[in-house]
Parts: sequence; C-alpha cells; structure tokens
Amino acid sequence: MKDQHIKLPEGSIEKTTTTLNLGPTHPATHGVMQNILELDGERVVSTEQTIGYIHRAFEKLAERRPLYQITTLTDRLNYCSSPINNMGWHMTCEKLLGVKTPKRVDYLRVIIMELSRISDHLICNSIVGVDAGAYTGFLYVMQYRELIYEIYEEVCGARLTTNMGRIGGFERNFSDVAFQKIEKFLKEYPVVLKEFEDLFIRNRIFMDRTKDTGGISAERALNYGFTGPNLRAAGVDYDLRVHQPYSSYEDFKFNIPVGNTGDNYDRWLVRQREMWESLSIVEQAYRKVQDFKGKEADVYHADVPAYYLPEKADVYTKMEALIYHFKIVMGETEIPKGEVYHAVEGGNGELGFYLISDGGRTPYRLHFRRPCFVYYQAYEELIKGSMLSDAIMTMSSLNLIAGELDA
Amino acid sequence: MSLTSEYIQQRLQDKFGEQVGSFEQPYGMLTFEAPKEINLKVLNFLFDDPHLQFRFLTDLTAVHYPDQTGRELAVVYHLHNLSANVRLRFKVFTDIQTPDVYTASGLFSAANWMERETYDFFGVNFVGHPNLKRILNVDEMDYFPLRKEFPLEDQTRIDKDDAMFGRG
Amino acid sequence: MPRPVSYNLIQKPLEADLSMAELPEGNMGEGFFATSLSKVVGLARKNSIWPLPFATSCCGIEFMATMGSHYDLSRFGSERVGFSPRQCDLLMVMGTIAKKMGPVVKQVYLQMAEPRWVIAVGACASSGGIFDTYSVLQGIDQVIPVDVYVPGCPPRPEAIIDGVMRIQDLVEKESIRRRNSDQYRALLESYGIQ
Repeated sequence: MKDQHIKLPEGSIEKTTTTLNLGPTHPATHGVMQNILELDGERVVSTEQTIGYIHRAFEKLAERRPLYQITTLTDRLNYCSSPINNMGWHMTCEKLLGVKTPKRVDYLRVIIMELSRISDHLICNSIVGVDAGAYTGFLYVMQYRELIYEIYEEVCGARLTTNMGRIGGFERNFSDVAFQKIEKFLKEYPVVLKEFEDLFIRNRIFMDRTKDTGGISAERALNYGFTGPNLRAAGVDYDLRVHQPYSSYEDFKFNIPVGNTGDNYDRWLVRQREMWESLSIVEQAYRKVQDFKGKEADVYHADVPAYYLPEKADVYTKMEALIYHFKIVMGETEIPKGEVYHAVEGGNGELGFYLISDGGRTPYRLHFRRPCFVYYQAYEELIKGSMLSDAIMTMSSLNLIAGELDA
Repeated sequence: MSLTSEYIQQRLQDKFGEQVGSFEQPYGMLTFEAPKEINLKVLNFLFDDPHLQFRFLTDLTAVHYPDQTGRELAVVYHLHNLSANVRLRFKVFTDIQTPDVYTASGLFSAANWMERETYDFFGVNFVGHPNLKRILNVDEMDYFPLRKEFPLEDQTRIDKDDAMFGRG
Repeated sequence: MPRPVSYNLIQKPLEADLSMAELPEGNMGEGFFATSLSKVVGLARKNSIWPLPFATSCCGIEFMATMGSHYDLSRFGSERVGFSPRQCDLLMVMGTIAKKMGPVVKQVYLQMAEPRWVIAVGACASSGGIFDTYSVLQGIDQVIPVDVYVPGCPPRPEAIIDGVMRIQDLVEKESIRRRNSDQYRALLESYGIQ
C-alpha cells in the first residue's frame, strides 16, 4: 500500500491557482469523498472528485446471496433511511415473483417508509445547519430521531440497519407498543419540527449563506439525472410516489413541494416541506391501519408460503410448512427467470433495483441505481465560480451519503 | 398519440429496420437491442423525436454473459420519458475481446460516471469518454472484478479460513 | 399488558450534587498527597480524552447518536471531538475501511502524537464485517495497532460508550514508560511504523 495516496496535480511556476485537497477525512464531508479544488483566491475554478473510499462491492456480493439475504446489503446503501431501501428491495422481489401484498401490509410499509424519510431529511437539514455554524438544531432533532429509532426497534429489533420486513410483508405484526410510540411521535413531533424550522427559515445569516449558491436549472438537472428533493428544488415535480405509485401510495393525499432555482436554500425548504407532508402521510396511514378490525388486523404478510417463511409452530407440526421452510432455506424455491427494474422514492431520489434472475438461488446480476452517485457528478457545475464556503454548503445540502455513493 | 409499446416499436423499426430486434416486455418494460455501432443513433433518435422524447437516462450498466461467445458483455440503458411516464430498456451487446461502445456522455451528462463505473467493473471501453478511468476501485487494480471469472473474496487475505465458510 | 411508553420510568435521585473521580491509593497528610506519577497522570488523562471520529459509514450515524443528548458521550470527558489528528488522543474508526481508504487511515494514525489509542467501532472496522470482498480491508488491524474492538453492526450507542470506558481503563492503568518501551516499539515495527 503506498503511503502517498493522494495524487496532486503537477505544480508549475506559472500556476496561479491554489490546489486545496478537501480530502476523504474532513469534518465537512459527510462520509468519505475527496474533492481536489483549484482555487483562485477564494473562488473555485475547477474541482476533481474522487469517490470509492468505501466501495464495498455490493453488486458482486449480491450474486452470492439468495434474495432474502440481500436485504441486509440494501440497508447499508442509504443508511440514514434504511427501511426505504429494504422495502424497495422487497417490492422488487415481489415484482419478480408475482406476489401481491394485502392493503394492511401496504399501509404499514407506508408508515415505516415515511418515518424513515423524515429521519433522513432531519439529518440532512440539521447538518446543513451545522455546516453553517448552527449546532443547536442538530442536537435538538437528534432526540426525535431516537424516537423514530425506538419505533424501528419495536417493529424489527434494530435501530439503524434495520433489515426490516420480508418478501410479502413483515416478520411480525406491529405490537401495541409500536402503535403507542407512533402516536406519541405524531403528537410531539410537529411542535419540534416547527421550532427547528423557525431557527432557520427566515434567519438572515442562514439565508445569506444558502440563497443563490449551488443553483442548477431544471434542464441541466434533468440531463444530469437528478431525482428526488434536489430535482424538485430545481422546479421539476417528479416524485415516484405519485408517478408510479407503489405500496398503495395512491390512496393517500399529499402535496409535492417544488422549488424555483435549485439553490441550497430551495433544497433545504423542499426537504423541510417534505417532512411536513410525510408527517401527514404517516397520520393518514395510521388512521387507515386502525380501521382494520378483527381478523383483518392480524394480517401482516401476504399468503405466499413459497417465499415467506411459515410460522415456527407450523413448521414443527405440519408437513407442508416443513417442506416450504426447507425449500426456502435450502434455496430450492422456484425463482422465475427474467429481468425486472423497480424504483422507489428514496430519501435522495429514485432508488432503483435492476435484478436479472436466471432461475437460480441467487441473482445473476443485481444493479443498484443509486441517486447520490448520479447527482454528485454535477457538483463541479454547481460550485464553479462560487466561493469555498459555498462549496461546503452545497456539498452538505446535496445530502451525499457515502454508502449510497459507492455501494 | 399515446406512447404505447407498439408505437415505440413501430417507430424504431421504421427508422432502423432490421437492426433493432428482440423486442420483449418483461414485467411491463419494453426491452430491445441494437448493434453497438448504432447505439448513439438510437439514443439520439429517442431523445430528439418530438413524440418519443426519452430524455432522462435513469441507469446505465452492464451484464457479463460468459457463455454467449461474441456477445459476452451487454451494456444496458434504462431510459425514461418523464412527461408520458414511459420507461424503456435498450441493450447493446459487445464481445469481450474488443469491448468498444460509443459513449453517451455527450448526450446525457448523467452517463459520465455511470460509464466510468461500467468500465471499472466490466472493462467496457467507452469510445470518446472524456475521463475514462476507474472510479470506485483502486487505480492500480488490473482486472475487472465484476466479470464472472473473478472471485468475490480477496485471495490474499490470511485471517479468514475458506474451509470454515464452505468454500475451498 | 404492554408497558406504558415513556423515557425514564424510574426516577433516581442524584447521589451527590457533584460527581468526582476516585482518588488513587497513596499516602495522605496535612497538605500533601503522595502517590505514583503514573496514577495521577492516568487519572487526569482518562477523564479528558479527545476523540477523533473517523466516521466512514453506518457506524458514524450511531456515533452521532452517541454524541447526542440521549446517550451523551461527553459525560465521559470526550466533549471536544476534534478533526485534526495532531490534537487528538483517541482515533475512533467507525465504519467500513476499504482498501482505497487504508493508506488514509495510516496517514491519520501517523500524524497523531503519543500517547494515542485506537478504538475499532463496528464489525467492519474490527474484521471486515459482512463485507468479505476484494475491496474491503478485513479489519483496520491490518494497517494500524488497535486497542479496543467494539463489535456490532452497528453497535448500540451503549456498546460504543462501553468501548470508550474500556479505553479509559487502559488509559488509567498505562505505565508512563510504555510508549518508549521495546515491546511497544516492536509492535509498531510489525506495522511498518517507525
């Protein structure tokens, strides 16, 4: 391993710009990515990005694992909102296998996905505040992320890398404690979000730091393949939950916030507004789930014994359950051949899964379409000509998650 | 005129004739292939045509089929028409000895890093790419890891015993 | 009957208004206290460790939760997290270290001044974790010597705090001659560090 790993451009006596290495370990880069900036005084002339410092070879690893074991890999893509990745993967498998989930499962999935979207946007917006110098908001909302983590713990047992759900639904029904915690969240959180918002939204210093920096026009954004809040801040209202609804999103009423100029302030506002909308979706979904009574309230997975592990009590007593259990664990289930592409609206945009199956136990090829990887290419165009501090703010407002960048 | 799969297929066959083929619709997404020499012409046609307007490149990746001699590497483009909400999958096959494919980064800026990633993993040489070097792996790596002949694990590691993992 | 949801179920009264560190053993008298130097130095050092969070991936988010007010790491003296290795004592490597990142970790370690400690947080930093692949370093102890390993994927904040408390034990009990000893030099030699 070479010690001098950072390859700096060759220097010359006529050089008039400064080379600054915003290296892989830097407090402002959230996650490991490197930017070598050419600065003319304080203005950025050009930049060169290096990523891959956390390349974990997910796609090669996925060729070794059966479908239900790949969920643990998808957790670690956008680890701030891992349930969305998990649900997206399960939906891709359900599309391949032809499994249809019942409504209650869809609504429970919606609750969890919107909670994780809130969790992701909270981190992004509060870190934008930290980078601008306002540390308080971050510490304040981390407390409410702990409540979201407690909800995840009640559902699946883990806080961060949740590995939540199964193909066809969830591994266990939501307990009463989980519903109580969701109610507590719905009651307490709006006040907190309003307080957090009031810290920044008309704050003179914050607006001066973020307005008119890092802007991008809608045409360029579309050409670069932007999706998610970054694209919506540029003015294009493309949201997968509305355009290609999955998991019964068409049953919910919500708005899609759209910005004007695509600068940092617009991105912050779009994410902030999306948190309010997500909160309203969670509320609607919670009411809808409470409407299921009696036998229907016990439904938490689709009835597909070929792909969903049967109950342990049945495995020990009934013959069919034993056979299904054996087949699923040993990999003898029939996976159809084919290729499927399914996308969900992740915290950062269109998270796509391109799965090619050749009928074997493991996928033949799995490719993750990661939104961060696609829009980070535009960073040079976003910061060209702006000042160094704007470059830092742009990087944090783009919400670059290193796990999703490198996969 | 609504953008159905039959319409798209008809337009493509009118323009390119026998060169585009293998039209299928796995799971509702129209998939077709074309020879690698005309991949830019097809992409430009899909981009510029006022009725087709596939102006969003969702994804660009490759697949390695070691058994199909002469057509080992498939470069797969996923395109999207945002206004009509139609998706399309376009495949280009190339053989592994001369994996040269024309770059789409002139048309879609999104293709820049996607093609670098494809080069890094599979060795597909995109002709005309402004900066075709490795993006995710270390620069000194001399093989293309996602090809099927290479193993997943690092063969020089000493602390893990392959026999205990069921391999070796 | 499900338990009611609340944060603190048992309200514990504070034992004292001030919490003070324990006095090491020694001879006390009127206006003097005699003990060995390493005990005093250990006591002072352990309660004011300045960590450098080298957060790469998911474990970094759990570190953010540990530094937050719920699981507060600053109670243990690690209030001031720095990002410059020249000023920090404890290198907390949290998250997967890929082969591309290995030289960077080594450079950061070399820039730290003695005495320095390293804690490997998470399964990926300890041994490569679930990523037994061609691009992931199977544990940071391939490149730098590690003092404490915290397993977990990601470890709970309580586990990270436990790891820091184990480091505090090491710091307290460390002899002040250790960094110049032959054994330590041999350890660094085995990693190629002069």
